[in-house]
Amino acid sequence: MNPVTIKCNNLRHSFSGKTLFNDLSFTLSSGGSIAVTGRNGSGKSTLLKLVSNLLQPVSGIVLLEVNGKSVPRDDFHRYAGMSAPYISLYDELSGKENLEFFAGLKNVSLSNVEPLLKRAGIYNSRNKTVKNYSSGMKQRLKLCFALLNEPVVLILDEPMTNLDSEGNEFVRAICEEQKQKGILIIATNNPDETALCSEILNVEDFK
Amino acid sequence: MSLIRSSILVFKKDLRSELRMRYVINSLIMFVLVAISIIRFAVADEIVEKEVLTGLLWVVIFFASSGGLARAFVKEEERETSYALKLSIDPSSVFLGKLIYNFVLSFALNIVILILFVAIMDYNIMNVFSFLVILVIGNFGLVVSSTIIAAIIAKADSRGTLYPVLSFPILLPLLLSVINASKQASYGDTLASLSGDVMILISYSVVVLTASLMLFRFVWED
Repeated sequence: MNPVTIKCNNLRHSFSGKTLFNDLSFTLSSGGSIAVTGRNGSGKSTLLKLVSNLLQPVSGIVLLEVNGKSVPRDDFHRYAGMSAPYISLYDELSGKENLEFFAGLKNVSLSNVEPLLKRAGIYNSRNKTVKNYSSGMKQRLKLCFALLNEPVVLILDEPMTNLDSEGNEFVRAICEEQKQKGILIIATNNPDETALCSEILNVEDFK
Repeated sequence: MSLIRSSILVFKKDLRSELRMRYVINSLIMFVLVAISIIRFAVADEIVEKEVLTGLLWVVIFFASSGGLARAFVKEEERETSYALKLSIDPSSVFLGKLIYNFVLSFALNIVILILFVAIMDYNIMNVFSFLVILVIGNFGLVVSSTIIAAIIAKADSRGTLYPVLSFPILLPLLLSVINASKQASYGDTLASLSGDVMILISYSVVVLTASLMLFRFVWED
């Protein structure tokens, strides 16, 4: 397991003058997992975007350390994988083409793509364009996207959305594996997903 | 090396998407055909000076660009695929990939416009080599500016009207030089005699490209 630590210090974020959360801090190390909970619109997804560097906080800082070295914010994407309802892949490309494209960008071997598709249970649909995928198949493909670079920090926003029982088992398996090799962060209000994490953080406690 | 490789992957992806879905190509070809046909009908049998024809040529090129190049980032935002790119590569690679794609699309379109202008409008170019060099350099400057403007407007709500409003003042120095240089080339001037305009066009492209690469990450981040 790579020694990895993520520290969120005194995060504050607001939209149009409305503060979502204030003075929010937490630290996670290798093997750690946290479920971010809160009502709709409370800022769960925003917190995940701040952690993954998709958004900059109004104040506060997110620090990532891998093997004892601090990772610059611009390089977070090399160590993190993320799946969320607001992250879409290309509808006009097939599932396999999508993953091969992102594998190329992430400098990951293309040979990782097919085993991942098989594991997610969408290998037989790999050559279909994503616009012909069901919502559950799209969700499985997004999870493959998140796992493509074998991230040390896996960030999942409502990972079981649209999935059947087999898909839920896939999510449980990847979460258990992630806890063995790095950090897991899940935004959810689903008790099944919360149960996958050892800690719970309610963003509403930081208003 | 990684920057160039990633940029080429983004370019290839955009080209594949466009060839598969025809988001832009079909509408641009229709726009060009309609625009040049209207100019032909309006001119009828009048003999039009090259100054006017060169101006009309660049009017068609400018508006065709505003229809096509502006889509580069808008489609990523509209279809929510921009986050996947942000989670995969540096902003500079995204910008360069989109720039290469826009350049190829725009250059191919400009060649079609030029051929139609020569065939339909009897636009006689005396020094074809000089004209093509000016077209390529001018096209590059147009594409660099349009790409960064496209990135800016992709974040806005009123995208349709914002592009011409933002692009006209930024592109004005380029358009003045490129229209003058291509007019002179159509009269037969050599590249050496057009060195003043060529230097302006190259300088414009270098300045806008440098500024774009420095500023793009602030536009790209939410």
